[in-house]
Amino acid sequence: MLNASIKQLSAALAAKQISSVELTQLYLDRINALNPDLNAYITVNPDISLAQARAADERITAGKADALTGIPIAQKDIFCAKGWRTTCGSKMLHNFVSPYDAHVISQFNNAGAVNLGKTNMDEFAMGSSNETSHFGSVKNPWNRNAVPGGSSGGTAAAVAARLCAAATGTDTGGSIRQPAALCGISGLKPTYGVVSRYGMIAFASSLDQAGPMARSAEDLALLLNTMAGFDERDSTCLQRDKEDYARDLNKPLNGLRIGLPKEFFAEGLSGDVGAAVATAIAEYKKLGATVVDISLPNSRLSIPVYYVLAPAEASSNLSRFDGVRYGYRAPEYTDLADMYEKSRAQGFGAEVKRRIMIGTYVLSHGYYDAYYLQAQKIRRLIAQDFVEAFKQCDVIMGPTSPTTAFNLGEKGDDPVQMYLSDIYTIAVNLAGLPGMSVPCGFGANDMPVGLQIIGNYFNEAQMLNVAHQYQLATDWHNRAPQNIGL
Amino acid sequence: MSLSIEDVNKVARLARLAMTPEEAQAAQAQLSNIFGLIAEMQAVDTSGIEPMSHAQDVTQRLREDKVTEHNQRELFQSVAPQVERGLYLVPQVIE
Repeated sequence: MLNASIKQLSAALAAKQISSVELTQLYLDRINALNPDLNAYITVNPDISLAQARAADERITAGKADALTGIPIAQKDIFCAKGWRTTCGSKMLHNFVSPYDAHVISQFNNAGAVNLGKTNMDEFAMGSSNETSHFGSVKNPWNRNAVPGGSSGGTAAAVAARLCAAATGTDTGGSIRQPAALCGISGLKPTYGVVSRYGMIAFASSLDQAGPMARSAEDLALLLNTMAGFDERDSTCLQRDKEDYARDLNKPLNGLRIGLPKEFFAEGLSGDVGAAVATAIAEYKKLGATVVDISLPNSRLSIPVYYVLAPAEASSNLSRFDGVRYGYRAPEYTDLADMYEKSRAQGFGAEVKRRIMIGTYVLSHGYYDAYYLQAQKIRRLIAQDFVEAFKQCDVIMGPTSPTTAFNLGEKGDDPVQMYLSDIYTIAVNLAGLPGMSVPCGFGANDMPVGLQIIGNYFNEAQMLNVAHQYQLATDWHNRAPQNIGL
Repeated sequence: MSLSIEDVNKVARLARLAMTPEEAQAAQAQLSNIFGLIAEMQAVDTSGIEPMSHAQDVTQRLREDKVTEHNQRELFQSVAPQVERGLYLVPQVIE
């Protein structure tokens, strides 16, 4: 059961080989056993999960099951879920029980999926290692001394350790793809605007996007089918015809042109990661693909541009946390200004405060043009590089992360060191393109390596096809960490 | 580029973040470091380039000027730190 695909689980549920209640209980028991060490989950509500499972079983018996009915799915704790504590990994929301459902949560509820619990994450999605969470760091199931990546570190660890059938994450600068790579699982960030951000606690509004994380591209497609779709409550969400993202999974790859950006294979890339990615590209050639050398010349500016835009948008989004209507309020204060300042200083962690400060500075009087506006212009140059590149290739590939998982505490004192982990993923968010990571081997210390696949706008179905064919020919995605009670 | 302590304190005030002098010192060093990272993009020639905030060519969707939400004050105030008679309580602002 723990290595079954969603399709297989669905079939087993339909055939009454197992009930959703039994499947949910199986995962709840595993979470009980493994979560104290891994810390992948912040909140579990067995009563609610099992009630959903019972309802799913009835729906299955009535013959009204959808693809995800009865399937236990973990939700990143950034999605407001009615009646569930929703913390965003922060002390600021440590006691916030959401009065409403995010669009993504509603979609899963309507599909009859079971909400297995809220997964741990970097505070307010700011981080690349899941070490900034108020609820403690998450451990990489492949090596308990290593980070799982971030900000969707809890989700990645939960999927890798088989503590859920599949899960959701969010990606602003790589926060689905990088933890997927570091934990040896598959993850996809859709084209910006495909999944509604309503009810998804905002970090950087022009970059944030929710997406699925699972053990296979096939599973990702089923989750994306449920998550995607127009929602008028998100003004950046796009109105498009409904798609079946699994429709092209079985297309052969003959004639596929893969672009390899020279900037993604240059200095900074660890040799072991480069080797695993090169092996993956060779496998794609065997599947009928050809390789094209391309260049993304402005991608070198991705990190500075991102670390202006994202903090700027974050400083605006996080200004709502003032201790008045929800969230943490300081126990002692003198006047209103003091209440705001203390509530925010005490409620936010160090990284969040750093980014708020940067954002406030670059948006302040006298600096907006030189920083924010300049960054938005360079953003267009970065996006244009991709448009040019996609004239010569169908998908772009490269490493997801420059190294395999580093150790907990290793990048401690210097935030800039941590920021450089996102070097290959950030440009994709800036351009608003879809990107995914699939496992493609192991590197130093037997830690997972991820292959990044970047597609053109709205090309998720082709990307999933490209990933799925690779997963039929290889078995990296079927590997499991040791010591997870399998 | 380097931030002065005055810059740090001013930004902390704008961002409504309380900061001790020690914290301001530490922040000054770290933020200056991060601004070093950002410096590279300032020299880029972007004349004639339009700023980009959304990948697709979209404008704000408009809707009919009709009331569609219903009052859920009790539910939404159930999560507030301090509420009385339907009002959020904060320290007195006006003497």
